[in-house]
Formats: sequence, structure tokens, C-alpha cells
Amino acid sequence: MATRLKVATTSLAGCFGCHMSFLDIDERILQLAEIADFDRSPLTDIKHCSESVDIGLIEGGLCNAENVHTLREFRKSCRILVAVGACAINGGLPAMRNHIKLEDCLNEAYLDGYNTLNPQIPNDVELPLLLNKVHPIHEVVKVDYFLPGCPPSADTFWKFLTDLASGNEPSLPYDLIHYD
Amino acid sequence: MFNLDGQVIPFQEGDTIMDAAMRAGVYIPHLCHDPEFTPHGSCKLCTVKVNGRNCSACTFPAAANQTVFNNSEELNEIRLTLTQMLFVEGNHFCPSCEKSGNCQLQGVGYELGMLDTHFPLFYPQRQMDASHPDILLDRDRCILCSLCVRASRDVDGKNVFAISGRGIHSELVVNAESGLLEDTDLSADDRAAHICPVGAIIVKRHGFEAPIGERLFDHQTVGEWSLDQFDTGEQAWQRD
Ligand code: SF4
Ligand code: SF4
Ligand code: FES
Repeated sequence: MATRLKVATTSLAGCFGCHMSFLDIDERILQLAEIADFDRSPLTDIKHCSESVDIGLIEGGLCNAENVHTLREFRKSCRILVAVGACAINGGLPAMRNHIKLEDCLNEAYLDGYNTLNPQIPNDVELPLLLNKVHPIHEVVKVDYFLPGCPPSADTFWKFLTDLASGNEPSLPYDLIHYD
Repeated sequence: MFNLDGQVIPFQEGDTIMDAAMRAGVYIPHLCHDPEFTPHGSCKLCTVKVNGRNCSACTFPAAANQTVFNNSEELNEIRLTLTQMLFVEGNHFCPSCEKSGNCQLQGVGYELGMLDTHFPLFYPQRQMDASHPDILLDRDRCILCSLCVRASRDVDGKNVFAISGRGIHSELVVNAESGLLEDTDLSADDRAAHICPVGAIIVKRHGFEAPIGERLFDHQTVGEWSLDQFDTGEQAWQRD
């Protein structure tokens, strides 16, 4: 048998909906486990990629400095980087804040918002700095493939990964391409 | 007769290439065109190669012995790029858009196999107008196709909309001193309230009516749909 594939996944500014949808491949995950190992992923709780990963799936866009750091680290380790879902591809719903000044967002959420108790803007040193705007990941690193959808369906993940694993250029039929 | 991708297409006096192709059941991608209205020729999605030169099929007159290419890899590449540009120039958050699934811009993206927007996103700042009791104007999603301008002027006789400015500064404006829809005589029964190919002009309280899987372009391509409409003479607004 050919060498086993290493697959890593991570979430940046996303909602984990793409990961949930990925898990909707249900029992097919056993077939996947026959050919692939999961590396860094919230599914394995491994925090950093091993040196060379074959396929890296990234959900979510970039909303803070830590997202950018994670993305760069991920790109370095992954031979094939895949932008998964609307947020990774065009910023998605988090990018709806791009029309509002960051300061106004923070004020509304933590100071002036309805029913705010003990108003203060969180500023712990542990908190990553917010970016002025939310960005899709292709604006920062090279992305090899895109899986659109909010989230992409389990069948979309399946089609894509089985195409790749069998050495074919991944291609999605009409029914599996959608932007919502 | 002229030749379109190797097929012989008959035409009538005064036909554009688009008219003749649609009558013959051949889809040429388009967004700013609707057979009912005078062509506008702005989106360039209908670009075809006529005797070696790129032309807009919706405005270019059909003539005898033309050789026209439509469904070629080269032209579909150009169309894909144009579609990606339309996406990045506006703010298209499909997951939260009432038109999603029934949107012709999405439909064209699906048909062309668009998986990403390629270009850096503009995230432009545009004005939303929710003042009208029955109709919402969300300029974030406007692709400046001018169909609402033509429908309001030519069918409703009201002239509610216009496109103002040039190039990247173009925007859809409303013909009222306040600039607001509530101060116009636009009504939800108007043709202009139903012609928008995207989710920029929508009738309120009608969002998300069809479940995912049963929407216009979930299984059927925008090409199949537009030819089908042309055949039956049924228009988009009669369906929604
Ligand atoms: S108008 Fe169409 S492309 Fe734009 S957000 Fe709505 S569904 Fe998406
Ligand atoms: S509001 Fe809709 S119909 Fe009017 S110009 Fe914009 S996209 Fe076209
Ligand atoms: S459809 Fe011809 S230019 Fe838009």
C-alpha cells in the first residue's frame, strides 16, 4: 500500500461549523482512517503540525494576530493547503464587521451594548490583538484548493479528499458547489 | 444564418446574437440582460468571439455568415474572472442573503465552477436603504446591471432608479430628494421590485421561503433556467 496520508485541520476565525460538517461523513471516517492519519487537529488535540503534512484543511478567516501566526505555521508544514468554507475564502460572516470601525465594534460589545454589566474592553496580555479588518486566507498565504460553502457539505469533503487520495485532480460536480 | 460553436443558427431582422441564440435554445451567460428590456451591455458576461473579435452578444447584431464562439475555454475563463470581480467589488455574504439559492450571480458562479474570488476583497462601504415599508435596497449586493432602472422607467413608468457616477464610483441612486425609497412611489407590485438578478432589491417578509435543496439553482443551472423561462415566456418575477 502507498504511504499513509497525513491530514491536519484547524480553525481560525470560524465557528467550527466546517469541522462539524466534515464529521458528517459519518462512518466513512473509518475508510478515511485506513489511508490517512490525523495530525494537528481539534479532533486529535495535537497543537502543532508535525514536520510534513500532506493535506491541511483550514476553516475560518483572519480576525486577529494569532490567526495570522497559525496560518503561516500551517502553510509551512502542509504540502497542500485547502481553504475550507466561506470564512476562509472571503472572510464570511465575521467580515461583516469590516464596515464598522473596530473601536465602535468594541464599544458596542463591551461598553455601550444593551444590558452590559461591568463595562470594560478586555485587554489581557494573553488576548491576541484584533486586526482592523477580517481577511480571507488567500490574501496572506498561497492556497492550493478551495472548498466553498457555509459549510461545505460532508459529501463535498468526501469527494475532494477521495479525489486527492486517489491521485486525481479534485473536481466538484454542480450540486456540491454552493456559497451558502 | 450564422455559425455558433459549429451550430447553424437562424436569425430574424433586428436580432442580436443573444436573441437568435436564445430562440435556438443556446445559452450565452448573461447578468444584465433580460429579453424583455432594451439591452444595456454592461456586465460583459455575454462576451462572445465574432469573426475573431470579442463582442457583447446582448448588443451585437446578428448577421449572415458570422462565425461566433461562445462556449469556449478561453471565453469561460474571461467570464469566470468577470464574475470573481463582481463578487469582490460588492459585499456578498451569501449565507445571510435572502436571495441565496435564487441568485443569478451565484448561479453564474456555480455554472462556471467558481470556487473562490481570487482577487483581494474590496469590502466597500455602501448605504443600505430599509426605509420603504415593503421593499429593501441593499446596495452591498448590487451589481449595477441597471435592470431595475429599465423596469421602473419602461414598464412601471416611474423612474425610481438611476445609476450615478463612473467606474468604481458608480452607485445605484433613488430618485427622491431625500434619496430614500420611502419617498418614491415604488410599490411591491412594480416590475422593478422583482427584476433584480441578485439580492439588492428584495420584497420584505419573503426571505428564505424555499428550503435548501428546493431553490432555483440548487440542482438546475442558471443556463437551463433562463432558456426554460425564455421558452415559456414566464419571467422571474412571476415565480417568486
Ligand atoms: S446577492 Fe447573490 S451573490 Fe450576493 S450575497 Fe446574495 S446570494 Fe450571494
Ligand atoms: S439593484 Fe439589482 S437590478 Fe438594480 S442595478 Fe443593482 S443589481 Fe441591478
Ligand atoms: S448580458 Fe451582455 S453585457 Fe451583460
